[in-house]
Amino acid sequence: MNIDQIKNNFPIFKKKINNKPLVYLDSANSSQKPKSVIDRMSYFYENEFSNVGRSVHSLAVTATNRFEETRDLVKKFINAKHREEIIFTKGATEGINLVANSFGEKYINEGDEIILTELEHHSNYVPWHYLRNKKKAVIKFAKINENLEIQIDEIKKLITNKTKIIAITHISNVTGGITPLKEIIDLASSKKIPVLVDGTQGAPHLKLDMQKLGCDFYVISCHKLYGPNGLGILYGKKKWLDEMPPYQGGGGMIDEVKKENITFAESPTKFEAGTMQTAEVVAFSESIKLIEKIGLDKISENENDVLRYGIDKIRKNNSINLVGDPKNKASVISFTLKGIHPHDIATILDDDGVAIRAGHHCCQILHEKIGMSATARASIGLYNTKEDIDILINAIEKCKKVFKI
Amino acid sequence: MELKELYQEIILDHGKNPRNFGKCKDFTSDAKGHNPLCGDKVHIYAQLDKNKKILDLSFEGEGCAISLASASILTDILKGKDFNLAKAITDNFLNLIKENKSITLNSLNEDQKTTLMSLSGVKDFPMRVKCATMAWHTLSSVLEKK
Repeated sequence: MNIDQIKNNFPIFKKKINNKPLVYLDSANSSQKPKSVIDRMSYFYENEFSNVGRSVHSLAVTATNRFEETRDLVKKFINAKHREEIIFTKGATEGINLVANSFGEKYINEGDEIILTELEHHSNYVPWHYLRNKKKAVIKFAKINENLEIQIDEIKKLITNKTKIIAITHISNVTGGITPLKEIIDLASSKKIPVLVDGTQGAPHLKLDMQKLGCDFYVISCHKLYGPNGLGILYGKKKWLDEMPPYQGGGGMIDEVKKENITFAESPTKFEAGTMQTAEVVAFSESIKLIEKIGLDKISENENDVLRYGIDKIRKNNSINLVGDPKNKASVISFTLKGIHPHDIATILDDDGVAIRAGHHCCQILHEKIGMSATARASIGLYNTKEDIDILINAIEKCKKVFKI
Repeated sequence: MELKELYQEIILDHGKNPRNFGKCKDFTSDAKGHNPLCGDKVHIYAQLDKNKKILDLSFEGEGCAISLASASILTDILKGKDFNLAKAITDNFLNLIKENKSITLNSLNEDQKTTLMSLSGVKDFPMRVKCATMAWHTLSSVLEKK
């Protein structure tokens, strides 16, 4: 399948933005949706809809089967050992909140330490901040180097006998830097410290194998993986999920409810309180099918080609300053232009149909460190081409004209 | 949507060379504005007399051309104005941006009206309206401070 064929799967690319073809370079923020996902949601609502896991009527059986089949697909997609290790959440953010609350409640006490890095997205800091306040725990930030890369030595330095968890991004949403996860997880497991991986940016670009990687928790954002909004996945090792208390209380997650006492269901049901996103879960199976049909190897090969092409062009252009220079990176090009604020860049690019993001990208710790309040970010998805980069660079040149620089 | 309506000469000029930038001497009141979604910041300093007449006015901040230009224009136009007039100009400006009303105050000269009007291009860019209004909302806090 070539890129044009892949693009044809995404109806939004038929749309014109400000009378120009859409050049979508904001997939790290949220990816566009293939027709198969959109159609699957409609089909589900029109033909199969019912709540899942409760009633015994025919529709409920069908809906429950489709829902649980997606869990099996996800298990295979990330090579988890057990299907009970796959929990559906409302997003990667909820996945991290779940672990910070539930794991934190049981295993983290006063004076215990949580290790994060300076690269983390707010969603992998704020939930731990709540826990810090609640339990009087300590958060330590592993320093990044001048290329804005995570250093295993910096993490090693912070580990003490009080370290209870390391929570770390797989790929930075600002620099695109790929974390040397395997080494970090091996180091942590040698000291029996569990690792949570924020895979929000990792899952769309890298083939996942939970058993090989060996992390304890991994969170995925489905809307960044060409799937529906409002859906995420939390992978957790069974040994933790079996022991962790529920996160939210409600229908569906109980074993038995008495006036004096309540017992809870087992994982994953224990962590899926209330009515779940049914159409979203069912339709997410189509995202996985599309990714597997194209092949993640082929997806990352194409994305890396486009990325390298973009970085080469930017390096040759004296007016564009690259933010971060990690050796091993994927998908993301963050940049600034002298004399033009990123918001102005984003508005001017939009006039040419080019969608990027400008701002602090929910990484204020990182932006403070590099002394910038905002950066512009172009991020590459499976549908992007080198031509998109050419249009981006031309639009950046236009910014200079508008600002008379 | 016209880019040249948004990035008019006056705005580019104020954005690149903001007037009254820094802390004014002997300021008596100040307030900070912040847009948590994009990280734009403004800090306005005013020297007010006992009747809240604005004797001196300045700002510090970081942000896009629109937010810097808006703060710069604000300080230029409101410096020397008394409390009621400053409030009236602020209201008139916010109505211009939010409800597309024209600048009607007789106490402003044509140059000042044109300058304020230059910021009205944001109305076609809804995501940028806050960039133009943040400094003006912050000024209201400066004036309301006891």
